[in-house]
Amino acid sequence: MLVIPCPHCGPRCEIEFSYGGQAHITRPEDPAAIDDETWADYVFMRDNTKGVFLERWVHAHGCRQWFNVARHTVTYEILASYETGAKPPKLDFETQV
Amino acid sequence: MTQSFRLPEGGLIDRGRRLGFRFDGRDYMGCAGDTLASALLANGVHLVGRSYKYHRPRGILSAGAEEPNALIQLGEGARVEPNQRATQIELFDGLRASSQNRWPSLNFDIGAVNNRLSRFLPAGFYYKTFMWPASFWMKYEYIVRHAAGLGEAPRERDPDHYDKTFAYCDVLVVGAGATGLAAALAAGRSGARVILAEQDSVLGGSLWSGSGETIDGEPASDWIAAARTELEAMEEVTILTRTLAYGYFDHNFMALVERVTDHLGGEAGALPRQRLWKLRAKQVVLATGAIERPLVFADNDRPGIMLADACRTYVNRYAVRPGKRAVVFTNNESGHLAALDMAAAGIEVAAIVDLREDPMGPASERAEAAGLRVVPGSAVIGTRGDRRVRQVQIARLNAEGTQALAAGETLDCDLLAMSGGWNPSLHLFSQSRGKVRFDAGLGCFVPGASAQAERSAGACNGTFGLNDCLAQGFAAGQQAAKDSGVKSGRKSAAAPRAQNHDFLPARWCWEVPSDKPAGRAGKAFVDFQNDVTVNDLKLALREGYESIEHVKRYTATGMGTDQGKTGNVNAIGIVAQIQGREIPDVGVTTFRPPYTPVTFGVFAGRDVDGLLDPARKTPIHPWHEQAGAVFEDVGQWKRPWYFPKAGETMHQAVNREVKAARDSLGIMDATTLGKIDIQGKDAAEFLNRVYTNAWAKLAVGRCRYGLMLNEAGMVMDDGVTSRLGDAHYLMTTTTGNAAPVLAHLEEYLQTEWPDLDVHMTSVTDQFATVTIAGPNARALLAELAGDMDLSSESLPHMSIRDGRVAGIEARIARISFTGEMSYEINVPASCGLALWQALMTAGAKYGITPYGTEAMHVLRAEKGFIIVGQETDGSVTPIDLGMDWIVSKKKKDFIGKRSLTRPDMIKTDRKQLVGLLTDDPKEVLPEGAHLVEGAVSQTPVPMLGHVTSSYESPNLGRSIALAMIKGGRARMGQSLQAPLANGKTVACTVTGPVFLDPEGTRLND
Amino acid sequence: MIEKYLRQSPLAHLGLGGQTGDDAAPARVHLAERPFFGFVNLRGPGADPAFLDAFKAASGYALPAEAGTSGGGGNTTALWLGPREWAIVDTRGDPDAGPRIAEHLRTALADHQVAVTDISESRACIQISGAKARATLQKGCPLDLHPRAFRPGQCAQTRLAKTTVLIHLTGGGPAPEEPAFDVYTVRSFAEYTWLWLEDAAREYGVTARLS
Repeated sequence: MLVIPCPHCGPRCEIEFSYGGQAHITRPEDPAAIDDETWADYVFMRDNTKGVFLERWVHAHGCRQWFNVARHTVTYEILASYETGAKPPKLDFETQV
Repeated sequence: MTQSFRLPEGGLIDRGRRLGFRFDGRDYMGCAGDTLASALLANGVHLVGRSYKYHRPRGILSAGAEEPNALIQLGEGARVEPNQRATQIELFDGLRASSQNRWPSLNFDIGAVNNRLSRFLPAGFYYKTFMWPASFWMKYEYIVRHAAGLGEAPRERDPDHYDKTFAYCDVLVVGAGATGLAAALAAGRSGARVILAEQDSVLGGSLWSGSGETIDGEPASDWIAAARTELEAMEEVTILTRTLAYGYFDHNFMALVERVTDHLGGEAGALPRQRLWKLRAKQVVLATGAIERPLVFADNDRPGIMLADACRTYVNRYAVRPGKRAVVFTNNESGHLAALDMAAAGIEVAAIVDLREDPMGPASERAEAAGLRVVPGSAVIGTRGDRRVRQVQIARLNAEGTQALAAGETLDCDLLAMSGGWNPSLHLFSQSRGKVRFDAGLGCFVPGASAQAERSAGACNGTFGLNDCLAQGFAAGQQAAKDSGVKSGRKSAAAPRAQNHDFLPARWCWEVPSDKPAGRAGKAFVDFQNDVTVNDLKLALREGYESIEHVKRYTATGMGTDQGKTGNVNAIGIVAQIQGREIPDVGVTTFRPPYTPVTFGVFAGRDVDGLLDPARKTPIHPWHEQAGAVFEDVGQWKRPWYFPKAGETMHQAVNREVKAARDSLGIMDATTLGKIDIQGKDAAEFLNRVYTNAWAKLAVGRCRYGLMLNEAGMVMDDGVTSRLGDAHYLMTTTTGNAAPVLAHLEEYLQTEWPDLDVHMTSVTDQFATVTIAGPNARALLAELAGDMDLSSESLPHMSIRDGRVAGIEARIARISFTGEMSYEINVPASCGLALWQALMTAGAKYGITPYGTEAMHVLRAEKGFIIVGQETDGSVTPIDLGMDWIVSKKKKDFIGKRSLTRPDMIKTDRKQLVGLLTDDPKEVLPEGAHLVEGAVSQTPVPMLGHVTSSYESPNLGRSIALAMIKGGRARMGQSLQAPLANGKTVACTVTGPVFLDPEGTRLND
Repeated sequence: MIEKYLRQSPLAHLGLGGQTGDDAAPARVHLAERPFFGFVNLRGPGADPAFLDAFKAASGYALPAEAGTSGGGGNTTALWLGPREWAIVDTRGDPDAGPRIAEHLRTALADHQVAVTDISESRACIQISGAKARATLQKGCPLDLHPRAFRPGQCAQTRLAKTTVLIHLTGGGPAPEEPAFDVYTVRSFAEYTWLWLEDAAREYGVTARLS
């Protein structure tokens, strides 16, 4: 069970959170203007990174805020967490396996 | 029976507290402080079980968690537990236990024929034999399950209760031997929050196995007592004995099981039987000790063949002589220590057979000085004895130690104590993702670099001298406290000091040479629990299983309840030897939690029976219970399903409820519907984006039905939203979807549209909601709502108004899910019961009838209203439902809109919602029934779709059904078949989904 | 104003009272329902000084800005729930406190981007106190509740067993030297939460009452 640093509440147990998948995928401004493939890509396709992954979590049983986490998918080390809308911090994205 | 092998004095037992117990139907006596194993040995009982595969007689090998043989069935009836290690069961008065893997009895076991047939049961036997033909597996399985296997699971419900708790500490110390105690003292003195976890019932660990050790000039037992006293006096130190740290998980999360009352036997009263500790430690000190290795030689598994250090433990800690005449077989100093202690306890030591050419070291020197016979450069190459070892065969080895020269003398004995070196207990370290490395000098794997906030100390770190262990433990405790962020205000005393007694030097020998060619000597067991021999390993390698992980799976070595604690490293050594590789190149198999087996009960904890899942209840629930309602689970809610009167069947009750709502007046508890309060000046814009229809023009006081899609265009939820004020809306959701819908809306609001001025708050539980439906609904409400104007001009269908009902502040919505004139009355939750009772009393003259979810389903199905999750399954669009009317063409965007024009979504053969009428009006189709076209002769039959809802409609006097059918809307009037599981085929006709009052006159009157 | 006799508290049907566990030993956990209280959800721009000033002017104390803290004055206490969310509670036992607080705040904060929602009726409040109150809560709560980590006045939204709760260490229990928590749970989960707490506290001895 991970310890996830909520940017608002501080470090809390994983069971207080829900996972939200890959971060920094923005809903297209004008969905009608894009082709089927691009839209399907937005709706369905996500990266499956081995290494540092930027992902969304929501503090479902706490402050109910969405935020982003940089987590290493092999070691489960959490390198950073930051508010939704913020830019990810500078990290070493080399896969350290 | 007398404890004839009990020593007259010494040991950590209380001779004054004699405890009676029964093993395999015979009564024995033991002492407080005994384990079941030590008590059996005190009574001269060595044969305690049969082995897993060959049913060979087996005795007690060890004195601890590593025990592979002495697995017994503990307790009786509902409290029976299989595969318990006799070496760890604390004796209590009245304990009942029996041996496993034998039939009809331990002494005479029919399965033992497997031993003679063993050349037909090599490694992989089951894989090879039972794989073909596949259809026979069921038969094979029956035989295999009876022939093999460990103990029997209890058949009755577990009568005990179990506890679980979260916990935090600065420093967790695992293991309270000398190292762990030193670590806990150092960490505790710094003021850190310390938990010291020890699987044993006492602190001190292997200090109790030795004799004559002193620490800081005091006897070890005094030092242990002083350490305990000091630790107990520290407010922030928690000592958990009988507590196994069984798993090391991410982010320093540890799982521990405390056996709270197991050692008391029987009823535990208010105390739980066991407690699961879900512990997060800032720093962990592993002081888990080491486990002695057996030696691998022919027939090394007879009862009476034990680990040397276990013999020491039985003599010194339990005051038991494990035999009368012992032979010691060793490749290191530990065997000599055991020989000395056994000799001191009056056991005749026939010889110390030492694999080393020239045994050297402090223990060897003492053994020699004590006049014990040492046979150097030699090996035990075989044993004899049926239910107990009685003779060993020894032979001299060549200079390289690779070959046994001709068999030498035989020695009579009833005990063979063996030591093949030591394995640090790396299990937790390895689970923490730490990588182990092989230390050739120590002949074992030791921890490499840590992967988490953890440090190993003492024997589990490859440090074996007592003084070094104390120093390392103390330093580890100090450093761990410091690294956990504790600012120490106190200067800690120096580390405790003692003498070092190492087990080195040693001569490593993974497979003891034999004088006979391979296959001709007796079985040389590597893994006792799984009956894996050297020959099995060789066979696996011959057959091409080269990776140690494959060898493990093919032979089962290292599997089972002991997970190879005694066998794994020998197996790796032997594989390396055969392959001509170095041990580090062979590698180790994965260490998995739990360290020793953990009961299911402790995982369940108190999450059983009524606490298994929260039961959400409405404020009106007590009334429903009194009225005899039968409840249905909807999500976590308990909802009245129907209200049977005395003697009524469900069918009769539902029909009565449905009729009442259409003919006069029904009343339903609708509190469970999800309610979301939405405020902010952008609320209408927000609704526009999340619903398929348009919301900008909804007037204050009016309500509108909405359909919510996910981004893939599939229906996610529906419900009525009311406008309460300029910037204030109240959304309702389906009962089961309240939380997911709010989460979905919050996600979009926070992550996509943070600029919108919108706030949402769940108010589901704020209100009790009572629905009254039927031709007399308005008359009833008028009576209780004072001077409120309920005319359709003032309060038309789909409108909402604040008022008072029965003296209670209420919000009244005229909306309908039944097709009847219907009002939803929302009052503060605390007044729900009062409102319900007032309505029931005043409604009596109309025959007011409470109806449950089943009647509601029938009522809405008569009207062709969908239920999300019943007609829909996550693959249904509004177009599929024929609800194009609610999908705005004008809105540029809403969640899911873009997906509705993807190629798959505009296909004409998508499943569409239709009504179905069976040709026989009495026939009610089962929900889920598949529908096909024409004759059912061709296979596979092309499936057209399935029935989603199906009921008998008392108002229509016939059955009705809703279904999702491929291209359904183009099939109106078509006849379809529903072939049922019972072989019957039901003919039906496709119709529109609305069966009753399609014009809605009942609603609008 | 609704006549009090029409109201039922969330746990009224349990008929609370008595002691479970070892009857001979003194109970070390005390459970009590707080039957009526005010609980108003307030959303607002937590970083906007004008909003914070307006709240202070209306309530006589500042909204807590730090995660997991509370502050109060007069009859109400504000509990931090999130960066832009607070609970304003009044636990004196007045069933009309919620609507009154909500009305007061709505008027006072009308010029700001806020949402004021009275959700008093949607919550149940269970007070747990006694020497083993922390140990009992810790069985189902994943927060560190040690006195060094969770101090008087602190509050947190978290989990308790299988529910979401808001816990507030008030220190207002029957014995001043022993910890006392107010545990707010969603009303329909109140019975589950109560039964769970009672079971978890059983080994310590537990008294139950309607406060």
